[in-house]
Formats: sequence, structure tokens, C-alpha cells
Amino acid sequence: MEGMTAPLPVPTRQVDPDVDESVSGDVPWQAIVWNDPVNLMSYVAYVLQKLFGYPEPKATALMLDVHHKGKAAVSAGDKDKIEGDVAKLHAAGLWATMQKAS
Amino acid sequence: MNGWKKAGRGSKVRLVASLEAQEAAVLRGLVAEVKQMLAGRTESHPADELAALTGMRTGPSTRPDDRVLARLLPDFTTEDADLAAGLRSLHEPVLIEAKDAAATLVLDTLPESGGRIELTPEQADSWLACLNDVRLALGTALDVNEDMPDELDPDDPRASHLGVYQWLTFVQDALVQSRMQVR
Repeated sequence: MEGMTAPLPVPTRQVDPDVDESVSGDVPWQAIVWNDPVNLMSYVAYVLQKLFGYPEPKATALMLDVHHKGKAAVSAGDKDKIEGDVAKLHAAGLWATMQKAS
Repeated sequence: MNGWKKAGRGSKVRLVASLEAQEAAVLRGLVAEVKQMLAGRTESHPADELAALTGMRTGPSTRPDDRVLARLLPDFTTEDADLAAGLRSLHEPVLIEAKDAAATLVLDTLPESGGRIELTPEQADSWLACLNDVRLALGTALDVNEDMPDELDPDDPRASHLGVYQWLTFVQDALVQSRMQVR
């Protein structure tokens, strides 16, 4: 950083203390896909590409997480979005649930 | 069935396979069975007066007792029973409708006596979803697990069904591979 004259914008880590409680209560949710012995690895990777538009390497990495770790969070967002995502995953036959991000 | 091939290009691209008469009969039978199970679930929860008035269908709020149906229609969440019940009631009729539509498309595009099948990429997606549902149903009924041997003891009553399951796995996996060649 030495030699740079203009100060760079520094990302602030401070949380705005005036956040309305009802808004901050809007905890992001996650869609979780669980491993199951029937769903094919190829199909799970394809579904993640198709439903979420993920590039192939990302979809494959998530699929491998599901396979090896037993589950993976495949999308995050507000409750309505995640509810819709889980509905789409169920329509594709994946075993999916939603939970509040921890 | 020797797998799926890509034919044509651009908007004319098709995924093509050929099924023996017996293969077609087995697959049609299984698809029809899944359709019937889903219809049974719908009938178990007829539309009530409120649904008739508002035009908004709601489904049952409890998980199916049948474990095959329970796998086809999973809970939305494991953390909050009330939320799971509410979301099931809200989403299940649409989910059943989507699964039934995919099954109907397979029956419409699969000649009864077998032969050539030609699918657009969109139709292939319905086939994939339906093949997956059939495998979920059969796999759940057979207690398929990751440690299962490729062949069961011939005396095991599940042995011949497992062969069908493995054939469906091949058909679905081959279709995924072909479908991924088409963007």
C-alpha cells in the first residue's frame, strides 16, 4: 500500500446501530440438499445448473459436498425465495429442506 | 435401449433413443403406478368449501404415511413442525401437479409398443424428472442403499426388481449426459 497517495475506501465492519428490529429480524434462509442413495450424481449436478444457473464447476462442487458431507447449502436468500427454491428442488426429486442460516 | 443420441442442431435438436416393446411396457407400467399413487394422495384430501370459494387449493398438512409417497413429497423443513405443515399444505398440490404433468408427458412420448423416442430438450427435462420419481419410488420400496451389491442373492424377492431399477438408472444417467451436451 505504500506509495499510494489517495486513501482507499475501507470496508466498514461496523453495524449500523439504527437498524430497525423488524428488518434485522429478516434472517437469511438457506436451501439444503441432502444426500440420498437414489439420486444420481450426474442428475444432481445437472439440476443445480438448470435451476440456479450455476456454472458446471460450482454445481459439481456442491453435488460432491452433498455426496461426501451428507448435505450442502445450495442457495441462500429471504424466506420467500428459499421456499420457492425448495419447491423447485422437490419438483426435480431432490431431497431438500430450508433452514435459517446459522 | 442403447442410450440416447443427439440428433439435429439449433432449435431442431432432439434427444433420441429406441426402446424394446418390453422395455416400453415396463416403463409405462411404472410411470402409471407413480401417477396413480399421486392421484390417490390428491383424492385423500378433496377440495373443501373454502377452496371452492377462493379457487385456492390447499393440500394436506401432514406427511404421507406411505414411505414412497413421503419420499416423493418431502417436508419443507425439519426445524419447525408448524412451518413444515403450512408449507406442505400450500405447495403440495402444485408439486403433485408438476410430477403428474411430467409423467403424462412421458406416457405421451413413449410409444406403447416401443420404438423410437424423440425428445426436445424441454421434454427431456420432464423425462429426467419422471425417471427420477420412478427410481425414487422403486428405490424406496426396495430399500436401495449405497452399500447395496449390484446383484442380490437370486432368492431375494427384490432381485428382479433391482434389475429394473438398475436399468432405469442407466436410462436416466444416459439421458442426463446427452441433455448436458445441449445448451
